[in-house]
Formats: sequence, structure tokens, C-alpha cells
Amino acid sequence: MLLRVEDLHKRYGKEEVLKGVSFSLDKGETKVIIGPSGTGKSTLLRCINRLTEPDRGHVWLEEVEITSPKVNINRIRAQIGFVFQDFNLFTHLTALDNVRLGLMRVKGMRKKEATERAMAELARVGLADKAHAYPAELSGGQQQRVSIARALAMDPKLILFDEPTSALDPELIGEVLAVMEDLAKSGMTMLVVTHEMGFARTVADEIIFMEKGVIVEQGPPEQLFQCPKHPRTAEFLRRITDLYGGTR
Amino acid sequence: MTLEHWLRVWSYLPQLLQGLSVNLALLGGLLGVGFVLGVVIALLEVYGPTVLRVFAASYAWVFRSIPEILLLLLMWFGPAQFGLSISPFTAAVLALGLRSSAYQAEIFRGALQAIPMGQTLAARALGLSRLQAIRYILLPQAFRLSLAGWGNEFAVVLKDTTLAYAIGVVEVMRQARYIGSRDFPLTLPAYVLVAILFLVVTYAGLFVIGNMEKRLRIPGLEARR
Amino acid sequence: MNLIFSWSWLPKLGQGLGLTLELTGLSMALGAVLGLILAVLRVYGRGPLYPAYLLASGYVHLFRGTPLLVQLMTIYFALPTVGVRFSPLGAGILALTLNTAAYQAEYFRGAIQSVRAGQMQAALALGLSRLQAIRYVVLPQALRLVIPPWSNELIYMVKGSAVVYLIGVLELMGQAKNIAARTFRNFEVYIVVALFYLALIFLLTVILRVVERRTRIPGLGAAGRV
Repeated sequence: MLLRVEDLHKRYGKEEVLKGVSFSLDKGETKVIIGPSGTGKSTLLRCINRLTEPDRGHVWLEEVEITSPKVNINRIRAQIGFVFQDFNLFTHLTALDNVRLGLMRVKGMRKKEATERAMAELARVGLADKAHAYPAELSGGQQQRVSIARALAMDPKLILFDEPTSALDPELIGEVLAVMEDLAKSGMTMLVVTHEMGFARTVADEIIFMEKGVIVEQGPPEQLFQCPKHPRTAEFLRRITDLYGGTR
Repeated sequence: MTLEHWLRVWSYLPQLLQGLSVNLALLGGLLGVGFVLGVVIALLEVYGPTVLRVFAASYAWVFRSIPEILLLLLMWFGPAQFGLSISPFTAAVLALGLRSSAYQAEIFRGALQAIPMGQTLAARALGLSRLQAIRYILLPQAFRLSLAGWGNEFAVVLKDTTLAYAIGVVEVMRQARYIGSRDFPLTLPAYVLVAILFLVVTYAGLFVIGNMEKRLRIPGLEARR
Repeated sequence: MNLIFSWSWLPKLGQGLGLTLELTGLSMALGAVLGLILAVLRVYGRGPLYPAYLLASGYVHLFRGTPLLVQLMTIYFALPTVGVRFSPLGAGILALTLNTAAYQAEYFRGAIQSVRAGQMQAALALGLSRLQAIRYVVLPQALRLVIPPWSNELIYMVKGSAVVYLIGVLELMGQAKNIAARTFRNFEVYIVVALFYLALIFLLTVILRVVERRTRIPGLGAAGRV
């Protein structure tokens, strides 16, 4: 088991956004989290790498308890990739520098090796020719792909995707989903929060449906889409397929 | 220097306050001059013919490039060349007032230009004349948008009033020096007291302006950054 | 009106100009270092370094809320009464530095806070420590964003340096006062000095604009999407 999440709770002011969430991820698995907006899906991801500190609960990455105060959180984060909805590429750095920064400053690689590795990752997402462009000069889809390259370059054990295509124009969503699909097929362990049902259906090993801070149902795609156990799951899936369409 | 000195200096407070009142009078006068001139120049800059726009830009450049203290000296020695004699206080009001008008013009101009084009278009579409549009639609919004900049200008200019010391105005700095020269060990406490007085007046003023801003605020009416 | 000018004034005024530039340059540089430290403390120090955060905030409020002249006079006239003595030049540099540091601290703070939160988050998510994130991601952007207000401050300081003539420093104004006292041509001398300042600040403005253009990065700044 690569990732284990146990009884996570998080409260913002009066509102409890995570009400005891538990699940696990094995190596090579891709799990997709779906659910209505504001149900704590993003908060859940941020609690896993402690960008947001959970109020209660534990997270284990392999044998290491991430939520323990004694752990060196920076080292843990270097092993978990995070792809943001808003890309969050470093505005003042070129695509190449964005991918190189983590290699050089966190992993301590020398410039030459870091550059080779960074260029390889950029090529992997199809953007080797944009290495010297600044984020503002790239389209949304290109920025998100660079952001994925940035995460991949760190050789993470697991990558968290926080609604990676929600901020993109429709024509650009496909290129990002294609990269993510390749990644899943190549054996990367991924936890993805998304509304893209087509992607969930074809790529996920398991789908987790969250609503109001709890996991309502989880299971393989065929099971959830064809015979969901919970009425709310069925209702949500119906609504979402109407809005976003089925497969892409 | 002992505690006794720090306590004794409070007996000079009336004298310092009298000096401060001169600073405040100066402040009021120069802000008034600056406001009237500033608004006029800003309007000329935004709506006037190119000639006036160039003039307004040069005016701003001149008064923002010359050190305040030099402006004071020029205004003090200048009138004599023309056979006029003015009091140091008047010279200070004029010199600092002209300088403030350049900065206030910039603030007001920025505010006018921050108002979206659509406002003017809608006003004209209704049938309002150019002057009416300026008066009923643009000026009220521009004044609200300028409040933050004016708060800043107030804080800056309040401090500049102490420069009038250099041309002989008997304001709070000069009073502090008098105290120091009459009662040597009170020099430091006197200056510290002056510093405290300025802090109090500055924050009181900013608080008042901040309050005004809050009460006049209209949701949605904010400078487009 | 009876105006008399003289070319003989120029050498001394030139000397004064040189000292003005040195004073401004030195106090801006020292003030930048101090101001940056104060700004970082003010933005990031609230939790871990609370006493330092309080000191930094107090300092900024004190030196922005009181006039430069009061600060200068306190250092030069009042401190000697407790045994701390400075030369006119020393007092001038100290007062200018302490003063500009407070203003620069606020400009740096504004610039740091303009850098979007997502940048820090992405840096932390990569595994960079807080300090590394500040150094490699936040500050490089903040330093570019701060150029316009910093340029303004530089110009303010050029003008602010003029007040040190009151304690006898022979920069541009000081030299002017000497010449005026000798020749009684107050108005004329000060007109010439005004022209000096006009030219100097015009030049500085042009140079600063070029610097801003050269260091611009597409997407970073008021024109870009922030």
C-alpha cells in the first residue's frame, strides 16, 4: 500500500469540510475522486501533502506517517507531485527553469543533469520546443502540461491532481487528459479530483464519490456507473453526464 | 538625563502645541490651495486641448522634481525681486501648496482615468452634455477613488510643514529648539515629544480619512488595477 | 527685477551635486538592505519570530509617521545630550538611511504580498523549504514588482537629501547656501540649484524607466494577469 488516509477531519470556521475520510491507494493505481463542488475534495488533496493541515486524522506514505510532527515535510513533499487547478507555474521562470528548480534546489542536482532531466520531461509532455517560453506566453493547456512535467521531474511516488482541467478552455482539455492517461498507463500512482467523467470511466481503477465531506461510495468505474449502490451517487452521475457529456 | 527631565518636559507641552497649531494651520492652507489647483489641473489634463495637457505635465514635472525645502527658499526670496514682501507663513503656504497641487492633480487624474469608459458612454447616451457627465457621473466617482491617494498626501504634507522652520516660521520644530536651548538636558525629551505629537496627528488624520472612505464606499466602485 | 548670475558658482555647485549623489546612493542602498529585512519580517514573521515582527512594525510606524527633519534633528542635536555624537555627514547619512528603510520596507512588503499565494504553494508542494521558497520564487518576483515604487522613493530621497544642509553638510543645497550668503544673490543661486535638480531627476527617471523595461518579464507585473 502506497498511500493510506485515515479519518481526516478539517474545519474552516464553523464549517466542517472533511468529516472523517479514509481510503487507500496501492502502487500503480489511479483513483478518481468525484462529487459536487465544495465537498472538500480539494481540501482532501491538500491535507495529504499538508499544504493544509488537517485537524484530525493520519496519512501514511508507504511506512512513513506524514502527519507526524517529527517528519521532515519538505522531503515528503518532494516525493508527492501536486498539479494545481490554476497551474501555479512560477511566473518569473521559463518552462525549463520551472521544471529545473525542484531538481536543483530540493534534490541538489547539478545544473547539467538537471537540464537534461528537465528537457526529457518537457519532451515527454510534448513541449520541448517551448522550454524557453515564460508561462504567460503559453496557452492554458501548455502551462498545465509544463506543471505536470515539473511534478514528474521529481520522480514522485504519487501524483495528486486537483481539478487539473477545470481552468482550461474546452479545446485544451484533451491534450492534458491525454498526458494524464499516458501517465496512468505507464504505472504512475495517481489520485485525481475531476469532473471529467470520460477520463474517470476509462482510466480509473476505482472511483470515489464524495459529498458533504464524507465518502459516500467507492468502487470500480463499471460498478459505479452501471449499478451504483447509493441513490445520491446515481443522481450525481446523472446530473454530471448531462452537463459534461460521457466519453470524450 | 534623568526621569526628572522627562517629566519636566511636559510643562512645555502648551508651547509645543502652539507650535503644532502653526503646522496644522499651514497644513490646512496648503491642502486647500493644492486641492483647488489640483482638481483644475487634473481636469485640464484629461479634458483639455493638447497645449494645456503639455503645460500640466510640465507643471507636474517641475513641482515634483524640486525639493520642498528649495521651493520654500525660492518662494521666500522670490517676491523680493518683484518688490513684494510676504510673511514666512504665506511663503510656506504658497510654496507647499503649489507642490501639493502637482501631486493632487496626479491623484485626481489617476482617479478620473480609472473610471471605465462605459460610464461616460452611458451618460452621453442618456443625453447628458459633456459638462453634465463630468459633474454628475465622473466627479463623484473620481472623488471616492481619490480618497486613498489623498490620505497618503495628507500624511506626507503634514511632515513637510516642519520644513517651514528653514524660512523662519515659528512652528513646532523651532519651539523644540527653543526649549532645548533654554534647558539643555530637555533637548531629547522635547524632540521625542514632537515625534509623539506627529504620530498622534498622523494616525488621527488617517483614521478620519479611512472612516470617510468606508462610509462613502460603494460596492463595485473600486479602482480597476 | 534685477537678476545676476555667475558661471563661477558652477564648480562648487558641481561638488555639492557629487555629495548629494553619494548621500542618496548610500542611504538608498543601506536602506534597501534594512528595508528588505523589515519587510520579510513583517510578512512572514508573525508566527515564528513574533518579537522581531513587532519590532519591525514599530520601527516602520515610527519612521514613517514622523518627519525626516525631526529624525535628523534628534540624531544631530538631541542624541549628543546623552553622549551619542555624530558628525554632520554621519548624522545625515544615518537619518536618511533610517528614514528610507521604513518606506522601502512598506514597498517591499506590498510587492511580496502581490505575488500570488499559489506561487508559494507550488513551491512548498515541490518540497522547497519556506526560506527557499521565499528566496527562489517570491523574492525574484517581488523585486521586479517593487521597481516602480522604489524608483519613486529614489526620487524622494534625492529631494530629501537636501534637508541635511540645515546641519551644515555641504551637498548641493549646502554649497548653494554658502554662495548665497557670500553674494547675497539668494534668488538667483537657488534658481540655478533648482535647474540642477530638474535635470538630475529627469535623467534618473529616464534611466529607471529603461531598467524597468529591461527587467520586465511577460506576465509579471501590473500589466500581466495577477
